[in-house]
Amino acid sequence: MKTPLIAAGFALVAHMATAETLTVYAPDYFASEWGPGPAIKTAFEAECSCELEFVTGDVLPRILLEGARSDADVAIGLSQDEMARAAASGLFAAHGQDVSTLTMPVSWEDDTFLPFDWSHLAFIYDQRTETPPTSFEALLAMPDETRIVIQDPRASAAGLALVMWVEELYGDKAGGAWARLAPKILTVTKGWSEAYGMFTEGEADMVLSYTTSPAYHIMAEGDESKKAAIFEEGNYLYVELAAQLAGTDQPDLAQRFMDFILSDGFQTAIPEGNWSFPAKLDAEKLPETFRTLPVPDKALYVDAKTAEAMRDEAIETWRQGLSQ
Amino acid sequence: MAAGSQPVTRSLAALAAALVLAVTLGTLAAVAWRAEGFAGVGPAARDALWFTLWQAVVSASLSVVLAVPVARALARRRFRGRGAVITLMGAPFILPTIVAVLGLVAVFGRSGVVNVALRALGLPEVSPYGPQGVILAHVFFNLPLAVRLVLQGWLSIPAERFRLAASLGMEAGAVQRALEWPMLRSVLPGAWLLIFALCLTSFAVALALGGGPGATTVELAIYQAFRFDYDLGAASVLGLVQFALAGVAAALAWGLARPAVFAGGLGGVVRRWDGGGWLRLQDATVIALAALFLLAPLLAVGLRGITGLAEMPATVWWAALRSLLVALASAALCLALALPMALAARRGLWVQLVGVLPIAASPLVIGTGLFILSYRWVRPDEIALAVTALVNAVLALPFALAALVPATREMRAGSGRLADSLGMSGWPRMRLVTLPALRRPIGFALGLAAALSMGDLGVIALFADGDTATLPLQLYRLMASYRIDQAAGAALLLLALSLGLFWGFDRGGRANAGA
Repeated sequence: MKTPLIAAGFALVAHMATAETLTVYAPDYFASEWGPGPAIKTAFEAECSCELEFVTGDVLPRILLEGARSDADVAIGLSQDEMARAAASGLFAAHGQDVSTLTMPVSWEDDTFLPFDWSHLAFIYDQRTETPPTSFEALLAMPDETRIVIQDPRASAAGLALVMWVEELYGDKAGGAWARLAPKILTVTKGWSEAYGMFTEGEADMVLSYTTSPAYHIMAEGDESKKAAIFEEGNYLYVELAAQLAGTDQPDLAQRFMDFILSDGFQTAIPEGNWSFPAKLDAEKLPETFRTLPVPDKALYVDAKTAEAMRDEAIETWRQGLSQ
Repeated sequence: MAAGSQPVTRSLAALAAALVLAVTLGTLAAVAWRAEGFAGVGPAARDALWFTLWQAVVSASLSVVLAVPVARALARRRFRGRGAVITLMGAPFILPTIVAVLGLVAVFGRSGVVNVALRALGLPEVSPYGPQGVILAHVFFNLPLAVRLVLQGWLSIPAERFRLAASLGMEAGAVQRALEWPMLRSVLPGAWLLIFALCLTSFAVALALGGGPGATTVELAIYQAFRFDYDLGAASVLGLVQFALAGVAAALAWGLARPAVFAGGLGGVVRRWDGGGWLRLQDATVIALAALFLLAPLLAVGLRGITGLAEMPATVWWAALRSLLVALASAALCLALALPMALAARRGLWVQLVGVLPIAASPLVIGTGLFILSYRWVRPDEIALAVTALVNAVLALPFALAALVPATREMRAGSGRLADSLGMSGWPRMRLVTLPALRRPIGFALGLAAALSMGDLGVIALFADGDTATLPLQLYRLMASYRIDQAAGAALLLLALSLGLFWGFDRGGRANAGA
């Protein structure tokens, strides 16, 4: 009885010893059992006859600490605000993909950082808000009793993207915009989870999240009450990126994974795994809910270099404006 | 010579102190070394410093002042369920911040129970957001700790003393002056210091209830330096600032504390003869109010989690088992560090300093420093659980010391002299004198260390390993993937396990003491 088991064990160990391993650094939510990671791992391993290993944690800080000796072959889940710093490190190599046919609302030009999914930022509301705002101006004009929770731009990528959103719309007058928003800000949280929890538990009327957030409630909970406020002038675009490491010891495998990112095997895991839009997937391959999800006609976006250059000042404007 | 200064104990204590220094100052040095020096910090960080300081002073002072009547009431009353109240009141201290914030909001929030009641009565609402919210949250977290430490002090006054006071016909006021005030003078500065240091490094809670960017602590600036600026130099400076603040506070507390020793008790049940009549009513009111304040948010967490408990996938239960094992290892390690330190401790400032460093240390600096020190030799994810257990043991050390140091002092003054005269030393002395005398604080220390380790997440962001997630990590993952009901279930499980560990050890420590 035991022999087959032992043999199987040996076979397994032998397989592990010979199969090449691709190490992908990913944020925790990406690789967790509720994220897109497991499906992507299965799909990639089926076609590469290799092993894909996710190493989770703070992706960019860790790679910057490790420098050229990092074990990472590919980094996934970088946020757009990290792009300029990641590029400046010189640790990343070109993705080698054709990015002219992406299904994104803006054209993408960078040849190192490859978008794999996107959403618009949006304020999410529910049936308690009778007249949802249809523009940022309307949001600022909402009654001061409205309770909105946002994330801190010094600790959260979404919070920082909101600051860029206001800079893009209001420029020199951003401070005034924050001051008008201030009475409606219930509080500012460290991360998305605390803020979203406060909204779903009924404490806040609105929360800064993504246009794709309602998809979760519709598909997983059958709850259609939670909606994203779509703005006439457009909502700010939020993009997640992947890049391969220049110093990888598996250049072929890393390149194969970069090729795989824009393929259907990867992209179909995104909608219900990461609750966002795939960067390259034909609309008919999207789940029904995603196809009919309300999205703004336009996307606002500040490119990575500009955003990095104005970051400190924009955060200071935010801090001053909200502190009034 | 007393057992406390045996060479073996002293070397073990020095080793433990060295480990604490390595994990706290050593990791900071590693970050500064990697940054190739310190870097300047901006005006926002200076504003943060001011806010950090004043909220920590107010939160710590309020927690300690409120703890005195609560601990006194618990010390002089016996009632059914007293043990359960004491255990449950310890729970806020061990909650993960995100759970505590949602629990507090459910009670004190704009849509919370309190405001719903106020509205129904036609009274103006209260807002938990702003400086008052930060202080509310910090008192919620730390009042239980203060109560436990002060209560520990009360229980250290031997039953014989109260009997003597009663036979001398002393009223409550006289008992206060003769017995209780000296005890408080010895216990309160230390308790204040611990809570001050805890509030110093608070970040997510302070922000969530602070209501805006004004509620920024130094720890947030450190997070920003790591996460957005990758400015290790600035992070090092800010980490050093936290240590300096805690160092000044430690010196202050050390200067104010006057150790009180009530030698010569037999460890019997304390019966009190003072405080009848209206004092009974006062005590009952104080206990009821404290229990309501501390337990209502917990009840909210518990009720919210019941439905989610059944829906949790198996991986959450596995994570719970893993967390349990880490907590047990961490508690054992913590005791192994704390016991020799407590036995070797005289009334030195260094005990106070080493005892507060781990709390004043930024979890981010510790995590990053350990990463810098280790990643060249080992894969961080392979040592994730071991690092978690080690760091948690060091982080829990101050609390263990706070419980053990006063008790060893008393032991030395009491049974220690007899043991000296009998020439007892080594293991027989440990088994026959030391461990029985320290049973209660050891149980408390083990319970606290285990419970704290259950809830911790802060340090391991760089070491996290997807396959060996702990329960708090699974909880955050559930939250991050919109599964709030299941996350609430995980929170309830975490709360129950932490309380179970705390109760089990604490109970074990008190088993023979008749309390």
